[in-house]
Amino acid sequence: MSTLAQLHRVTRRFGDVVAVDDVTLTIEAGSMVGLLGPNGAGKTSLISLINGLRRPTTGTVTLLGRSPQDVRSRQSLGSTPQETALPPTLKVGEVIDFVGRHFEDRQPTEALAEEFGLTTLLGRQTGALSGGQKRRLSVALAFVGRPKLVLLDEPTTGLDIDGRHALWAAVRRQHEAGATVVVTSHYLEEIEALAERVVVMEGGRVIADDSLQAIVGQVGVRQIRLRTPEVAAVSALPGVARAETAGEGADAAGLVLYAADSDQLIRELVRSGLPFADLAVRGATLEEAFLTLTDSGRAHSSRAASVEADAASAPYATEVSR
Amino acid sequence: MSTLSLTVLHTKYNLIETARVPIAIISALAFPTLALLFFVVPQQVVAGNALYATQAVISLAVFAVMSNALFSFGLTISENREKPWDPYLRTLPAPGIARVLAQIFATGTLGLAAIIPVIVVGGLFTAAEASPPRVLAGFIALAVSSLPFMLIGICIGYSMPSKAAIAVVQIVMFGMAFAGGLFLPPMLFADWLNTLSKFMPSRQARELVIWAVQGGQLEWWVWVGILVWTVVGFAGALLLFRRDEGRRYH
Repeated sequence: MSTLAQLHRVTRRFGDVVAVDDVTLTIEAGSMVGLLGPNGAGKTSLISLINGLRRPTTGTVTLLGRSPQDVRSRQSLGSTPQETALPPTLKVGEVIDFVGRHFEDRQPTEALAEEFGLTTLLGRQTGALSGGQKRRLSVALAFVGRPKLVLLDEPTTGLDIDGRHALWAAVRRQHEAGATVVVTSHYLEEIEALAERVVVMEGGRVIADDSLQAIVGQVGVRQIRLRTPEVAAVSALPGVARAETAGEGADAAGLVLYAADSDQLIRELVRSGLPFADLAVRGATLEEAFLTLTDSGRAHSSRAASVEADAASAPYATEVSR
Repeated sequence: MSTLSLTVLHTKYNLIETARVPIAIISALAFPTLALLFFVVPQQVVAGNALYATQAVISLAVFAVMSNALFSFGLTISENREKPWDPYLRTLPAPGIARVLAQIFATGTLGLAAIIPVIVVGGLFTAAEASPPRVLAGFIALAVSSLPFMLIGICIGYSMPSKAAIAVVQIVMFGMAFAGGLFLPPMLFADWLNTLSKFMPSRQARELVIWAVQGGQLEWWVWVGILVWTVVGFAGALLLFRRDEGRRYH
């Protein structure tokens, strides 16, 4: 397989904030790569280094063998504007034409509109579109020039379930037609639907880079909430990956536990005979799963300790983007 | 895609976007004409004298072109840099020069269109006079001498956020208008001010257009000045454009 994009020991700083921290990454032709991480992990910054919008502070980025600042390398690159960015006075057909005419080998406007469900909207000004329609147009623009490499930054944020599935299907068809796709998301579901290889980022670093299956196995964590007067004993049960206290009650403290196997943990809890109330179980968010991944060495910590640890290990706090 | 075809493409869509908000065009067209009606037409000393009236019309035309260029470049560019559409355009395979040229052509088209009503009002209500070939020569001179203002506007737009750009554009615009003799004729200037004035692109623009319309001697500092401002402005605009990464937050 040939290499489409390569980052070699790339660091990007914004003032004191290190948005991308010593990342080395290779994107091979034909792959479908998911870039997964919580908000502020550095995903958007990484994308902006590949598409040439920003330059690395140190390290090198190559896009199709050239610098991303070289116009020729961008002839084979497709990217999406944020949906709020579309010029409101231009019509949908005009926007597609305008972007398409930058490329030597472009998809006809009608065919692209058909593929992304925009056919009936071609004569409408983009300012009159709904959020979902704008999203579809934004993603469609990435494919108008038949690019070799497509960068999709949070492609379905704000879409309802139907819209999301329709857009995923369209992206998969474009991938089967030959486009290499890099998609960022903080939804595990989106990465599962699209990616074959998953790169997990946190605090500007790549903390995992593996097949979809391997990654899903690592971050599939569940959250268990309950109230108990025996905080220490419950937190020490086998299977607890991480524990946080959540506010003091009159007679019992709230407790939040994370575990890979919540069913087994609850069996242990009942068997232990420890008193508890208000039990609730749900899937952990990705942020919570990541904290558990990076926190596993510090299991059973109290909330205060975990806040301290976060502060020490997290200089990535703010999302650095436009 | 060639740089030329991309320049034409960006110019076209730039103008389409502007034309879809008609109030922007109407105000650009109306402002210089209103200034002429309020400040020149009522003054018989100026309006009744062919030489002075023609020079007053030319000064206002230069002022109109200058303010149009500074505002539309300085403000549009700094505002666009804060909107997410602009960074997206930078990921398209268009070289920086195509987008800079497109902005020049689009604003230039609007600027020249704004001058037509000034000339019509000047011809109808003042003693200003010029033969059609001279008017045409004046248009060409205006287009040439507006280049430094556009490039200064581009430099302002790429070097600061829009709120700062509004203030800076106004200071630069009024400073250059006074020092360049667009509001008061340079014959009323003290010697030191007249010397300073000759370094201003506004003064150089005024002299170039007056020469094109009324004839006479073209001083060497006029065309040398315009050339120097254009070269320096173009280099600065290209440098700032290439260095730009959208608005920076720290």
